[in-house]
Amino acid sequence: MQICTMIPVAKEVGSLRAMGSGGIVSPTGNPELTPEKEKEFRRDLVLRALQILKEDVRE
Amino acid sequence: MTEKIRVVHYLNQFFAQVGGEEKADIVPGFKEGPTGPGRALQQILVEHGEVVATLFCGDNYFAEHSEQAKEELLRQMARFKPHLLIAGPAFESGRYGVACGAICQGAQERLGIHTVAGMDEENAGADLYCKHVYIINSGDSVVRMLPALRRMVTLGIKLVQGAPLGRPEEEGYIPRGIKRNAFAAKPPAERAVDMLLAKIRGEPFKSEIAAPQFHHIKPAAALRDLSSAVIALVTDGGLVTEGNPERMEPGRPTRFTTIPVEGIDRLDPKQFDVVHSGYDTAFANQDPHRLVPLDIMRELEQQGVIGKLHESIHATGGAHAAVENATRIGQSIAERLKSAGVTGVILTST
Repeated sequence: MQICTMIPVAKEVGSLRAMGSGGIVSPTGNPELTPEKEKEFRRDLVLRALQILKEDVRE
Repeated sequence: MTEKIRVVHYLNQFFAQVGGEEKADIVPGFKEGPTGPGRALQQILVEHGEVVATLFCGDNYFAEHSEQAKEELLRQMARFKPHLLIAGPAFESGRYGVACGAICQGAQERLGIHTVAGMDEENAGADLYCKHVYIINSGDSVVRMLPALRRMVTLGIKLVQGAPLGRPEEEGYIPRGIKRNAFAAKPPAERAVDMLLAKIRGEPFKSEIAAPQFHHIKPAAALRDLSSAVIALVTDGGLVTEGNPERMEPGRPTRFTTIPVEGIDRLDPKQFDVVHSGYDTAFANQDPHRLVPLDIMRELEQQGVIGKLHESIHATGGAHAAVENATRIGQSIAERLKSAGVTGVILTST
């Protein structure tokens, strides 16, 4: 699965499992948060990513 | 045409002379009259038209807030009452190309004006928008600025004046997949035989029907049980070991890195580096977990949420990657991971 910002581009090139990221310059982070909050943000993102790997893709 | 064509020009923050990657998150804005390549645009337009305004937006801002950015740009554009929007050329810059396509489609649909974008045919924006928007194939290099602008202007004037357009290869735009009836000098049977004879003689010939390019991708089966899954981390954001010993190119990559992370709980910024010419790498360099979530994955492995984190991270750079190279890199990484028993991948993209 792919964590990215430009979902339409991901879909166009055939990425079938894609979800929104924290941004172009920090896909799995957010520099505006405190380090603790940023790590929570990342954990949430990764858990959602793993959930997507568990789901079938509807064609 | 007696009335001058009112032209609005869309540029990214770089070409609008606002700033480089450090300004890639600026919100939409405008300047009256032409700016940067807009000056050349004005010279090409001569008496036919006037560049009344330059609209711009940061590449990252547009990518991250596409809808808001588009709405705001359309609102600003409407005030100038343009007849024609010229967007770019964006050459091979993917974020910029996608923004050009989106703003052109929006302006056509919402403001009812003609638009012409410019970008390389391999730009992600070309694939996404070529069916809806006239996109002049600018080539991938900024040295082609003037010829690209000339073709954009020629096409734009024809659109505004309602003049008939030539075939895509004559006008220089990327085919939109539209078929039009035309008179041919010879009937189909003769044309087909001519083509066959040319093929047998080894001479060049051109099919009248473009072969469709299907790239159907079969989805991988879902992972039923994460607690036995082997997950690998991959990124196109340019992660390398400090000093870049594998010599991964910051742009136009032809290779990928293999970074051993077995037994490592966190990516120490001193031991890793981010090499990528397509985005501001400062934040990822400060904390590589913003690019590759190794810290969280290691914790989830220790907690038994996932079976195992794969022993290596693979990385390449997405900046201006040729499709051919990117495909080969992707396939090589996938083959390696499969043969190593990896069952799932998280790919992070900048």
